[in-house]
Amino acid sequence: MAKDMLELTAKSACAGLLPATIGGITLSEETPAHLTLLAPYKGREAALSAALEAAHGMGFPAPGRATGKAEARAIWFGRAQALLVGPAADAGLAEHAAVTDLTDGWAVVKIEGEAAEDVLARLVPVDLRASVFKRGYTARTELKHMMVSITRTGPKALQIMVFRSLAATLVHDLKRAMEAVAARG
Amino acid sequence: MRITCPLCGERDRREFTYKGTARAIPALDAGVGPWDDYVHMRDNLPGAIDEWWQHDMGCGSWLMVTRNTVSHEMIAVVAGEASGLGLAEAQAQAEDQA
Amino acid sequence: MRVAGKGLVSGNRTVNFSFNGKAYMGLEGDTLASALLANGVHLVGRSFKYHRPRGILTAGSEEPNALVTVGQGGATDPNIRATQQELFEGLAAKSQNCWPSVERDVMALNDLAAPFLGAGFYYKTFMWPAPLWEKLYEPIIRRAAGLGALSGAANKDAYEKAFAFCDLLVIGSGPAGLMAALTAGRAGADVILAEEDSRMGGRLLAEVEDIDGRPARVWVAEALAELEGMENVRLMTRTAITGAYDQGTYSALERVSHHLPPSQSLKTVNRPRECFWRIAAKASVLAAGAIERPIAFRNNDRPGIMTAGAVRAYLNRWGVAPGERVTVFANNDNAHRTARDLVAAGVHVAALIDSRHDAPDGEGFAVIKGAVVCDSAGRQRLESITVRSVNGEEKIQTDCLAMSGGWNPSVHLTCHMNARPQWNRELAAFLPIPGAVPGMVVAGAANGSFSTTGALREGAEAAAQALAQIGTKAEAAAIPVAQDAPYRITPLWAVPGKGRAWLDFQNDVTVKDVNQAAQENFRSVEHMKRYTTQGMATDQGKNSNVAALAVLADATGRSIPETGVTTFRPPFVPTSIAAMAAGAEDQGFKPQRYLTSHPVGLERGAHNIEVGLWYRASYYPKPGESTWKQSCDREVMMVRNAVGVCDVSTLGKIDIKGPDAAKLLDLVYSNTFSTLKLGRVRYGLMLRDDGFVMDDGTTARLGEDHYVMTTTTAAAGQVMSHLEYLTQVVRPDWDVRFTSVTDQWAQFSVAGPKARDLIDGLVDEDVNGETFPFMACGAVTVKGVAGRLFRISFSGEHAYEIAVPARYGEALFRLLTARAEEIGGGPYGLEALNVLRIEKGFITHAEINGTVNAFDLGMQGMVSAKKDCWGKALSEREGLMDEERMRLVGLKPVDHAKEISSGAHLFDPEATVERVNDLGYVTSVGFSPTLGHMIGLAMLSAGPDRMGDTIRLVDHTRGIDTLCEVVNPVFFDPEGGRVRG
Repeated sequence: MAKDMLELTAKSACAGLLPATIGGITLSEETPAHLTLLAPYKGREAALSAALEAAHGMGFPAPGRATGKAEARAIWFGRAQALLVGPAADAGLAEHAAVTDLTDGWAVVKIEGEAAEDVLARLVPVDLRASVFKRGYTARTELKHMMVSITRTGPKALQIMVFRSLAATLVHDLKRAMEAVAARG
Repeated sequence: MRITCPLCGERDRREFTYKGTARAIPALDAGVGPWDDYVHMRDNLPGAIDEWWQHDMGCGSWLMVTRNTVSHEMIAVVAGEASGLGLAEAQAQAEDQA
Repeated sequence: MRVAGKGLVSGNRTVNFSFNGKAYMGLEGDTLASALLANGVHLVGRSFKYHRPRGILTAGSEEPNALVTVGQGGATDPNIRATQQELFEGLAAKSQNCWPSVERDVMALNDLAAPFLGAGFYYKTFMWPAPLWEKLYEPIIRRAAGLGALSGAANKDAYEKAFAFCDLLVIGSGPAGLMAALTAGRAGADVILAEEDSRMGGRLLAEVEDIDGRPARVWVAEALAELEGMENVRLMTRTAITGAYDQGTYSALERVSHHLPPSQSLKTVNRPRECFWRIAAKASVLAAGAIERPIAFRNNDRPGIMTAGAVRAYLNRWGVAPGERVTVFANNDNAHRTARDLVAAGVHVAALIDSRHDAPDGEGFAVIKGAVVCDSAGRQRLESITVRSVNGEEKIQTDCLAMSGGWNPSVHLTCHMNARPQWNRELAAFLPIPGAVPGMVVAGAANGSFSTTGALREGAEAAAQALAQIGTKAEAAAIPVAQDAPYRITPLWAVPGKGRAWLDFQNDVTVKDVNQAAQENFRSVEHMKRYTTQGMATDQGKNSNVAALAVLADATGRSIPETGVTTFRPPFVPTSIAAMAAGAEDQGFKPQRYLTSHPVGLERGAHNIEVGLWYRASYYPKPGESTWKQSCDREVMMVRNAVGVCDVSTLGKIDIKGPDAAKLLDLVYSNTFSTLKLGRVRYGLMLRDDGFVMDDGTTARLGEDHYVMTTTTAAAGQVMSHLEYLTQVVRPDWDVRFTSVTDQWAQFSVAGPKARDLIDGLVDEDVNGETFPFMACGAVTVKGVAGRLFRISFSGEHAYEIAVPARYGEALFRLLTARAEEIGGGPYGLEALNVLRIEKGFITHAEINGTVNAFDLGMQGMVSAKKDCWGKALSEREGLMDEERMRLVGLKPVDHAKEISSGAHLFDPEATVERVNDLGYVTSVGFSPTLGHMIGLAMLSAGPDRMGDTIRLVDHTRGIDTLCEVVNPVFFDPEGGRVRG
């Protein structure tokens, strides 16, 4: 093998798997620059939220909610933790929280389309209809057998995250459900 | 069966894993007797019972679920840290802070 | 026979179909049953046990007789109810349980042997000799009896599962269900209206009556139009609610495409055949209606004998008269409507036989009061009935008898959470008890309200009541004006007389069988059920259970409430396993976790092995290697002599931070981590609360309050959950946070005497014995990428684990393997890894199998005496330190050429090979190319005291019997010079 081919090239979690469009629903990979887990230390929740606001323009999200916008979002990510999606976490946050880089730990995909909710209703035991699961809502739940984070990012768009190693299964399960929904017509 | 997670709201049972009977944990140095009792002895009476369920496919919380094993009624769900079943020094510290 | 001007079927849209190979024509909107009846076909199948000719009994999902097979090859669906199968162009259906044909079935001989085949026949006859049961009797009985057969080919049809949520689930779309849905829909509630039929309207589609002065079907259409216009209402047809479960969970089976021709286009090939729904409803209204019961009399099972409501449904909904000269046999007023509708449609009604002396007079048909039908004739189609009255017996020519023994409210779902229905004398029926299922309110015929007005009113009230429970207020709807006739009934279960009178048509259970059960002291209704098989067929006795227990009550001299009912269990309708297991086939069975190095392994032809959910390379074959062992031996020697690269990213990695991180580690590990120096790694042991070993692994200290814990691949999830327990429940006061970083880092083991050479060229930092001694760790830069380096070894060689963010994993693995190959090394797989660790006596979960404690592993020194840890108290139990316990040793065959195997048991060579002499078992084995013979690890009673002894290894499964020497479990480099070198 030639020496110049031996440098380290990066590969995204869903490389070669996505995008896919079936029956008017599209599935695509999102590659935010950074994913950082923020877990506030004892009694530091308010301080962390203020620091987060100052550094990145959004407060620490309440359970089941996401704060911020598309470029910089803080997603509630389970008990006493949130995931900062987009910007590199400000170094000052580490004073208030355990700050852990998870950029490569999770695969991020977006499902978009009129019937996206119907597709997820085949896989996720949570009510994700837009009337119930509104923009800015997020849930830690399961998709088929996998632990996932699901966030509504638009009226017909949802973001789904799984452990990186499960990316192929996530795409497989979603495509199968997309095919079934499309075939119902 | 559905369990109401204090953080996530009501969720399907499939998101949770049963983790055994919930009861006060003996001190680490309490010795074999109390630990043997804690680990192995169960009254197993029908009716209301405290159980551990972890919302492992959700937020990760350990929850103490009080459930009627006869009627299947869900009576209460509290977060692990609010269960008051932790080690005595943990409870003492919590009380000091309160 | 079609009746002009009747029915909701489309008169001008014809549909071609075939039955038993013969071509027929039906109409759009027909079911297979209605189309067959329209074509004069009554004989559709043979009964389960006696192979009696059988016809269509009902018009719904409760049908016991008309079960047919639809489809071909792997897509064959047996036991499809003809009464539910909608007609489509090209539908091909065939009869079941008959050979060579439904008209000439050789097994009909069984019917002649009937006197010997009653209840308990199998139990009494096929008892001896016992071995013959499995070999002879059961196969023969199974061939003779039974319903449809599976094709034997894999079913390629798609099935699916789905979840739905609502405030109010309305079950059934008759007058009660529609009113409930309207009331809740208008109140703005989130409503699902589920109907098992293809068309909403329930019984209103089958009756001639007015609502608000217009035909009922017009009111139904208007109600549906209003519901369809509501965004908050979802209408689900062809969807049977099959079960009621805890906290408002309901299961439902949707027949998605049974009514459509087989999928041919690519677009529809993925279309599911059925969908199994789980519906979470805050409240529900059960408006499932009622099911009509037959009356038991001699030969009441002939084709042409149907329930009265079904005859009416075929006439009014499908425009089909099931006979030209119809008779009716009833004990209630409701059945008189059948005669009335038939006469109005111009069909001849020969007579209505009513068992009651006070029965009403007929309007245009003769009523024989105080009389019963006591027999019938006609082999493959009803020809006549015999009527018995005070005037004696009289034969009446008829080709269709519509019978009604009254109606059973469909209380099934109310019983799924253990409630029992209550007997109502006036209605001669079991009614649901209030509150049987939390959140469920029952309305209409399911609640014993048999008039349309009653159903409409109860539907509206039930919706308001159900919604009130969840805090939604619903306006009281105006109740439409409708039929409010009283339901008058005098119970008649079985007509006395000789011969066989059928109760359970599907399982061929007769009145005689129930009486015999009572006589043989199977007096409990549950015993009678099992002895006679009453209600145990696919229809679960929907139209026979109540009559059967009434007969039992009579036979045992008890009342019906004293006798009680059997238990209704889910599913309400037969549910295919394919639907319940949908999505679990092939790749859907469990997720697959792939390593970043996976593509490289595929390119190199690596064989993969599943480790939990992970796919790991087990070996990387080279040209010329034809067996796994050749590759494995080479890879082991490659590591021992040069350098090997292995993907170890599957090990659980948990990033732990916070002021109390060290305290948590000291609690969870039996040994001490608070004393671990920065930039160092320590091996640790975790105990369960019962003192046995939970897991082992290494933890690195990367900062004052920052550790990275490594778990075994197998126990990663368990350890994570355990840490969550310790921090959320046991010590919630501690300030410590952690998260899984398993997928964040791609981590590769680089092992062998040339490991440092390989690392040196890739890492910017100076890696040497001083900066990175054995058990050192730290941040490094790998080709410009921020990574981590750990000097740890699972092979006993000088080794590192090098980690980079996962996006660079594939590239780094390529680089490492390519560079390794330049210096005589290469990648190694799980097989070689396993041999390398056995040579060093390192344990895995093959050894930590849940029955093993630290003492057994010779690791009692790792349970610190200076501090407490989780599990320590019980690890100190008397007996757990017993010298005689099975403890870790190494084994090697005395004759080096001999084979040993894991799972084998160990015996004293002088002792006999039997359980009482069992001294232990082998946990891991491998061929050591380093040593030139097989080696193994074993748990052996008093093992460390037997060093040098000879022990006999026996594996009955594989036929291995080998004498072994008990040795130190560390076979290779026991001083550990290589790992530090």
